[in-house]
Amino acid sequence: MDENLRREIILDNYQNPENRGLIEDKDYLKVNTNSESCIDNLDFMMKIEDGIVKDIRFDGEACAISTSATSIMIRKLIGKTVSEVKTILENYRNMIYEKEYDSELLGELNVYDQIHKQPNRIHCALLPSIAVEKMLEELK
Amino acid sequence: MNREDFPMLEDNIVYFDNGATTLKPRCVVEAMNRYYYEHTSNIHRGDYTAAMITNELYDGVRNLVGEFIHCDPNCVVYTSGATHSLNMVVFGYMRKHLKKGDEVLLNKAEHASNILPWIKLREEIGIEIRYVPLNKQYELTYEAIEKSVTDKTKVISLAHVTNVIGDVRDVKRIGKFCREHNILFNVDGAQSVPHMKVDFEDSYMDFLSFSGHKMCGPTGVGILVGRKDLLEEMEPLCYGGGMNSFFEEDNSYELKEVPVRFEAGTPPIAEVIGLGEAIRYLMNIGMDRIHEHEMKLKKYLLEKIKDFDSIILYNKSSDSGILAFNLNGVFAQDSSVFLNHYHIAVRAGNHCAKMLKDEVQIKNTVRVSMYFYNNYEDVDRLVEALQNSHDIFKVVL
Repeated sequence: MDENLRREIILDNYQNPENRGLIEDKDYLKVNTNSESCIDNLDFMMKIEDGIVKDIRFDGEACAISTSATSIMIRKLIGKTVSEVKTILENYRNMIYEKEYDSELLGELNVYDQIHKQPNRIHCALLPSIAVEKMLEELK
Repeated sequence: MNREDFPMLEDNIVYFDNGATTLKPRCVVEAMNRYYYEHTSNIHRGDYTAAMITNELYDGVRNLVGEFIHCDPNCVVYTSGATHSLNMVVFGYMRKHLKKGDEVLLNKAEHASNILPWIKLREEIGIEIRYVPLNKQYELTYEAIEKSVTDKTKVISLAHVTNVIGDVRDVKRIGKFCREHNILFNVDGAQSVPHMKVDFEDSYMDFLSFSGHKMCGPTGVGILVGRKDLLEEMEPLCYGGGMNSFFEEDNSYELKEVPVRFEAGTPPIAEVIGLGEAIRYLMNIGMDRIHEHEMKLKKYLLEKIKDFDSIILYNKSSDSGILAFNLNGVFAQDSSVFLNHYHIAVRAGNHCAKMLKDEVQIKNTVRVSMYFYNNYEDVDRLVEALQNSHDIFKVVL
């Protein structure tokens, strides 16, 4: 991917993230990422109906990588079935850790395919997927 | 000063994360290597030559600590670090001597290790925790403490120097007040002992905790100093070999004297020896010189960045080599990643002072923390990087 385009996508999602802002609704699953990292503190909420992700929202303070990855990830996951979400998260994690993955499934999330070169940022890029996985665990 | 003693500085890095841990001079690592290569042995148990060398070095560190911070060497307890020391004070002494309703005065600039043990003790025995308000510079003054004391106040527990704001608390005056009012004075010296002259007895301290690794020593070792009569009354948190005189089938037992009764099991021998070497090294440089040097560098940095509109400073006035700041509109971690591109090591985050946000209204900051081996060129390199920070996202993304 062209470096300028990559930077532009990340920066745009950092400065103007989608689905930011929490709402009062008891039907949402909720999780906070504070325990995952000392510094990135994001709250997530997700609504699942009939096995389909209807909505995900987030808010809080985090770095450019965590925030942009959250914005892109949420956009990618809304409207997918729980099983599709799990496949996307698995492929995303594989990409981050330089394992085999299907880039077709990830769309704009491919902007993080070089993040392994900055080991201290791997966790930042994984933050939204960890949050969604935790909320899915609550479903069980 | 003394840059040639630090192999890590040969790599052309600027190391400004000294509040987290400091670099190690060759002499410290070599002292530990000598233990591992030339006289490995356990303490207090061997009659062979290597063991005698080890004993002498190991026990000798108590005398060095005594000289370094002016206290009775018999009141120096080896621990695993300041966190361990502070926990020993709270759960070894305070749990036994405080009761429900007794007040402990803290403040919101403290490190987790001087707040969380107290919260746990409150849960266990019902002490009251009160937070002395900070002033507009987020500093803790003697006057604010004096005003907060009530007839229920039994302990004042504070950092001599805080790890984010870096204000130097007037421990001598506070200590004297405590002694006069029969209040126990517990001091976290993790950020002061490495950087300035600290005097345990002259400051009327009852307990003082600090870590080795923040003062050129190894990780895994720290010190607790306590007033002798208080240590005599303190319960060990750990029982086992080396700390007992006898134990019998009828469940009787007797503990050894202070301070060894607090050091069950094989201690971090190499680390204690390394810490001793670090103390000798710092005393040779001189603690007043170290403090003066850090203040000169901080002043120089503040002067250089005084016209930078993009920098928000939180602790310009504090009397230590710590500067907390943010770049306008940039998350602290992104700033520290940016500085790493210039090989400048700083820290971003809440620095374990998670309540400070209630006072400063900001959770995360970038922290520059200096030491004697930093120089004007290090500051110039930081200033140059900050000058280029308008391009930050081109660099970090």
